[in-house]
Parts: sequence; C-alpha cells; structure tokens
Amino acid sequence: MTTPTTSAVLPPSPLVGEGLGERGSLDSGNTVAPHSTVPLSPTLPHEGGGGKGAVLSVRNLSVALPVGADRPFAADNISFDVKAGEILCLLGESGSGKSIISFAVMGLLPDNVRVSAGEIFLGDENLLTLSPAALRGKRGDDIAMVFQEPMTALNPVMTCGDQLDELLAEHTQLSAVERKAKTLAMFEAVKLPEPDRIFTSYPHQLSGGQRQRIMIAMALILEPKLLIADEPTTALDVTTQAEVLALIKTLQRERGTAVLFITHDMGVVAEIADRVVVLQNGKQVEAGSKDQVLRQPREAYTQMLIASVPGTEPPAEGIAHDGTALLSVVGLGKTYSSGGWFQKKRTTEAAKGVSFTLHPGETVGIVGESGSGKSTVARCITRLIDPTVGDMQLGSTRLDGVSRDSLKLARKRIQIIFQDPYRSLDPRQRVGEAIIEGPLNFGVSRTSAMARARELMNLVRLSPDVLSRYPNEFSGGQRQRISIARALALDPEVLICDEAVSALDVSVQAQVLKLLEEIQSQLNLAILFITHDLRVAAQICDRVLVMQRGEVVEQGTARDVFITPKHAYTQRLLASAPGRGFEFATQHIAVP
Amino acid sequence: MGNFLLKRIIATIPVMIIVAIIVFTLIRLVPGDPAAVIAGNMATNEDIARIRTELGLDRSFLTQLGIWGKGLIMGDLGQSFFFKKDVVGLIGERLEPTMALAFLTIVITVLVAVPLGTLAAWRHGGWLDRALMGFSVLGFSIPVFVLGYLLVYFFSLKLDWFPVQGYKPFANGVGPWLHHLLLPAFTLSIVYVALIARVTRASVAEALTEDYVRTARAKGLPESRVLIKHALANAAVPIITVIGIGIALLIGGVVVTESVFSIPGLGTLTVDAVLARDFPVIQGVILFFAFLYVMVNLLVDVSYLILDPRIRY
Repeated sequence: MTTPTTSAVLPPSPLVGEGLGERGSLDSGNTVAPHSTVPLSPTLPHEGGGGKGAVLSVRNLSVALPVGADRPFAADNISFDVKAGEILCLLGESGSGKSIISFAVMGLLPDNVRVSAGEIFLGDENLLTLSPAALRGKRGDDIAMVFQEPMTALNPVMTCGDQLDELLAEHTQLSAVERKAKTLAMFEAVKLPEPDRIFTSYPHQLSGGQRQRIMIAMALILEPKLLIADEPTTALDVTTQAEVLALIKTLQRERGTAVLFITHDMGVVAEIADRVVVLQNGKQVEAGSKDQVLRQPREAYTQMLIASVPGTEPPAEGIAHDGTALLSVVGLGKTYSSGGWFQKKRTTEAAKGVSFTLHPGETVGIVGESGSGKSTVARCITRLIDPTVGDMQLGSTRLDGVSRDSLKLARKRIQIIFQDPYRSLDPRQRVGEAIIEGPLNFGVSRTSAMARARELMNLVRLSPDVLSRYPNEFSGGQRQRISIARALALDPEVLICDEAVSALDVSVQAQVLKLLEEIQSQLNLAILFITHDLRVAAQICDRVLVMQRGEVVEQGTARDVFITPKHAYTQRLLASAPGRGFEFATQHIAVP
Repeated sequence: MGNFLLKRIIATIPVMIIVAIIVFTLIRLVPGDPAAVIAGNMATNEDIARIRTELGLDRSFLTQLGIWGKGLIMGDLGQSFFFKKDVVGLIGERLEPTMALAFLTIVITVLVAVPLGTLAAWRHGGWLDRALMGFSVLGFSIPVFVLGYLLVYFFSLKLDWFPVQGYKPFANGVGPWLHHLLLPAFTLSIVYVALIARVTRASVAEALTEDYVRTARAKGLPESRVLIKHALANAAVPIITVIGIGIALLIGGVVVTESVFSIPGLGTLTVDAVLARDFPVIQGVILFFAFLYVMVNLLVDVSYLILDPRIRY
C-alpha cells in the first residue's frame, strides 16, 4: 500500500509545516510565509521560536478505536500546527480519521474511542490534561466549531437568537440587552438579511445557507483563537458554498483566527487552504503548503486523489448523436399545489417547459442546484410521479397520459440509479435477490436470471460469489456497482443516474464513472445523468441542460455550456465551482 | 392558534353526539331491569310495571333517546333512578375527590418519571438506567389493587403513617387532604412512572445522538443545560403524548383505586350506578369521561404547537 507517513519520514518533534518549509519556499506559488527552521525541543514542543503563532499544536496524536473495529487506530501518530490567521485543511476520504481528530481537539470524542497517545496544545495549554470543566470553558469560547449539516446542527425547537444568546450567557458577563445587541451585530457581520427577524426565527424557517451563516455567527461571535470547520459547505449548493467559503475566509482574515478546515473536496482545498495535511485510513500521508500538495504531490496516494478530481472543462468534443431520438421529452411540466379548505391555494412549479432528446449511446446531463427541478424531471420520465403537462415518448411508446399498468413494459426499458447507495438497497435482501427481482417480475426463470446476475457482477467488476451477501457487507462504491448491476439486469435502453456518484469518495467516484462509460459503449446505453456537480457533468456528458427554478435556462453540447456559457445563471454556477482556475497536478503526473 | 382551537372545539361536538348515542344504546342492550332492582325482591309484577312507567322506561327507545337528548342540549343529564337526584349535581359532588386523585397522581408521575428517564438516558447502561428498567418491569406487572393493599398493609396498618381509607375535602385544609390522598396517588402512579420513564428514556436517548446536542456541547454548555434545553426539549413531543394517554387511562383506573381506598369519587359512583342499573347516572358519568378524554387530547395537541415550532396545523 502507498501509505508511507510523513511522521515516519520526519523526526517526531519538528512541526510538520517546518519540515516542509524548505520545499515550500522553493515553490514560487507558495502563499505561506517561510517558517523558521529552528528545531524545537522535543519535550517542550509548544514553546520556543518555531512554534511562534501556533494556536493549535497537535503532537503525535493517536486515537484508539474499540477492540474489534476494522483497525486499531482512528488516527495514528498525527502531528500538525495551525498558526494564527492560517487555514489548515485536513484532507481525506471517508474513514481517513479527519473528523475524529477534530473531535479529539474539542474533547468531544464518542465514549468508545479515546486518545491513546500524544498531545494537543492550544497556545501553551495541553488540552488533554485539562479537567472536563476547564475544557468545557474553552469550548465555544477559545475553540469553536462549525459542522457539516446546517439542517441538523441547530436545535429545531429554539430560536436562532436564543441559540447564540445561551452561548454568550455561558461565557460572558454581558447583560441581556448587550447580548442581544452583540448577536444582532454578528448576524449583520455574517450578512444575514433582516437580523431582527432572524433573531426570532426557528432554524426550519431559514434556508441551508442561512443556517450555516447562523452556525458561523455562533462559532465566531466570541472571537475564538481556533475555529474548527468540519465539512462546513459539503451540504450546500455550489453558489451558496462559494459565498460561505468567502465569508469564512473574510472573517478569519479580519480576526486573525486559526482555522482547522476539514474537507474531502479538493476544489474547496484549492479555494481556501494555506496548508494541507493529507490523511488516509487514520495515517498522515503528506503535509505541506497548498501549492506544493496540490501541484507537486510527493506521495502516491495524494497523486491518485488529485488525479481523480474531474476537471472543470470537458475533455473533448462529444460525439454528435443524430438520427431518431430514443427518448424525447417536449414541454414537460409538473405543478404541485398545496392548501385546502381553509388555506389559500398555493402552487409550485417544480418543472416547467422542459424539452430535450436522448439518443442511443449518448449521455445527457441535467445540472442544477437543489430545488432546480432536475430530479422532478427524472421522476416524471420514470413515471414515479405523474407530470402535469408535456409529451414523453420512448421509441414509439408514449410515456405520458397512459395508465401505470400499461407502462410496465416501458419501465423495463428505463432504469434508474439513485444517489445514496446506503439507502437504495434493501438491507434485508441479499444482493443477488435484489438484482434478479426485476427480471423475475417480467417472467424470467430464476436460473437464467441468476446466470445473468453473475454476468452482470463481472461487468461491474465484482465477484459473482458475493451475490449471496447482504448490502451492509459492501462499501459505498461497491454498493453503487451493485445498484448499476441491478439497473442493468432488465436490459434497459435508457439509464437514469440521479446523483449516482455524489455520495462517493472522489477516488471511488472516478472508478464508477469510468465503469459507467465502459458499460455505455458496450451496451450502447442512453444515459440521463442528473447531478449538481459541474466537474462530473463536464467529464461525462455529451450534452448538458442547465436548470434553475424548474426551467431549463441553457442547453447545448458540454463544451459550449462549460467553456462559453451564455446564460447568466450558468456563468454564476461555473464561477462558483470551488477551485475553478486552480491548476491541479492532474495533467502533469502519471498515476502509479 | 385561535383558529385551530376554534376548529378543534367545534369538532368535539359530533364526537360527543356519537358517544352519547352509543352509551344510551349499549346500556339498554345489557340485561337487567332498573325497575326490578328498585322494586326489590318482594315486588309484584304490577309494582315493577308501575315503577317502569314512573321512570319513563315503558316508552319506545327513540322517545327515550329524544327526551334525554333534549335535556342534554340544555345541560341536563336527567334524574338518578336510585339517588333521586340531578345527575349533574351528583357528578359535581363526586368530582373533587376523583380530580384531586388524578391530578396528584399525574404530578407525582411527571415529577418522578421525567427526571428519572432523562438521567437514565444520559447515563445509558449505567446503574440508574438498569435499576429503572428493572423497576419498569415490576411496575408494569403488579396490578394496582394488589399494590394498593400491600401499601395499605405496610404504611397504614404497620407503620400508621397514612389513613387506611377515606377522603378529606380540599376545603378542610391542604394537610389532611394530602395526608389522605398521598398513598392512593402513589399507588396509582407506579405504573405510569414505569411507562413514562421508559418513554422519556428512549426519547431523550435518541435526542442525545442528534447533531444539535453535539453543537450544544461544542458551545461549552454545562451538561444540565444540554440535557434539559436541548435533549429534553426536543424529546418532549412523544413524552407529552404518553402523558396524555396516561391521563386518559388514569381516569379509567380510578374506578379500581377508589374502591380499594374507599374514596367517594366518580369511580365509586360509577360502580354503584352500574350495580343499581341507574341508567341516567351511568350515561352521565360515561359521557363526562368521554368529554374529559376529548379535552385531554385537545390539550396534548395544543402542547405540540407550543413545544415544537415546526408543527403547524
């Protein structure tokens, strides 16, 4: 395996940034000021000239997992520093231990994991030796945290104002009036509209972006020395993400806050990081300045990660697919209405006037943010929901206006792969049963369906021997392969991928996309690819539709849309893609 | 909110009408002639017929229902066959002991069960948690009358701490009132403590795994505040639901407890009325209980609105 750790390469005592300082300073693009190279005393790593300005200093930290876990350590011998005014990104895929490290710093590790070795210094205090009460006093005051899910990280039954107020009441001596004034000022600082209204609003009344602003306001209101941001923009739309990243960066610069930023997204790293620590399976793989890690990665794992990041530009002109369309959609619309006897009737147009065609062997992408109506279109085509208006035709078969029963044969020809492989497979059904369920419904004999399932497992690069296992025995990427096999079992002509790779790690994502492409060329499948991820769309689609608020605002070949976008919304969407314009090492290195 | 309340109160009217008709019909389907009971063992058939005419029981079913229904609209539940008194007045006389017992039971239950369940959830798997679970099984398995007699035996007969039976009205002072009521209320509360503590524990334990609890801890709040303002506040809806169900069950339960402790409340009135085939009283008491159920349900629904801002009807 490619996991030589930096800590094994470097002597344990110097700061990681220090050891890489020389390399970093050779790089003209390095944004970090050259560090002092005075070696530190191993016994007092938190003191001395080299640690000057280090707000957080993690020294040889190991976090042990309970006996019986898949590995002994969630984090294994991790060392890094975060200086005042600096953003350090912990970069890693799922299971890399990046979140565990942040919880160790906060003193909020789950009961069954514990720090087994190492030190965590905040300034010159070892957090691991503090009493629980003393540590609690630091949380929210000296160290603050922003979490991934703004939808669930705020208390749903408490007003936003009260949630900040209780923090101030706990850590300051301010009066109620002063606390309110301070909170409103902070709402203003994070650019929340109408702070007075937000103060008395409950979280569910705000959008995801606004909730994350509340979290940021809460984290920064006491001007902490250290801000830990755990995937703070992962759940947000790309335009909102760009705003929130800019906000964190601005506030952090203004206040000189040290930021430990946890992410799996290379684009976000390119956007925000000063320095990067790459983690894999709990081990520190590589550390250095952003430019050095992203442009000249030394370790094979980092190189592989970076090579997996899809570019923002389509690779080549897609093949033109002319002739008779396999699927044609004209003027598709879906209107939801709510309200009843007593309330005023309200209607929402989830999709409006959507028209496009799909040819055999072609991939058409529908890109858009949440609420743009892209999934509504997919569900209308599969008739999981009924469209309000519009014509849909598959070959010579009409899909709209016919009863669901008579659709049975058409359903066989259109199959769908869903976003979350952890929830789209029945946990109590063996994967083999899941794959043959469709064919059995269409009268295929059990033996021949099973034989076909074995072939399909080979096609998606899984062993046919695992057909008798349950979904929980597979990783996310493997489950998505099973979902693909399940969809292909009915020999569909059209495959709809509804955010099919969005929940996967970037390296796994790259593999699944490659697999889809191979299967497409083998079977001449038409693919409708629905995604919010512009990079993925740019790589895989021949043509692209951009949707906003239920309408298609732009459509054309992938190159036209991504390189010369015409509609203002498309331009804004592309400009918001994190790390756009940052030249990754992708093109320069060969993946080993 | 006002709109919602109005709608809900109007909706109780058809419910009450249906309950009234069912009660009226059911009682007349049950074997047993009130006239025969009143007339006694020595009465002749003529005596019984005469009493039946006096009570109006010789008229057709629909006529009787009509007369009763008309009275109901005027707030008149009719005359008791046995006590020769107004049913409304009769219920009024017996209301205080029953309500006092139910109220005290609920207060004891909530004060004991909710903190116990919350602490058990907080220290999941700890000694308190395990003790509570053991107690729950016990609380569920012992019938109220068995527990009642056991407690009377120890606390009243052996230790002489509480009176064996009887009731002192609230008007005579809180001390004697509480002294007479404490043992029955405690007896009644055991099973509800078991039920509500378990629900509290499950509900709070779930809330404690939520992201906002992690946020609250990351804010450096003391555990007490994390538990009460964040975990318990979010766990409140299922707990309130069960407390509502508890109150409804409790009103049924007082029939037994009042008999064990000889408290002259609605429970004893119900038992006496059933034994005497006192139709107007049975109808009146059941209708009154139904009304209480409906009101408790309404209160529970209103409390959802207050406890969870996301719920809007």
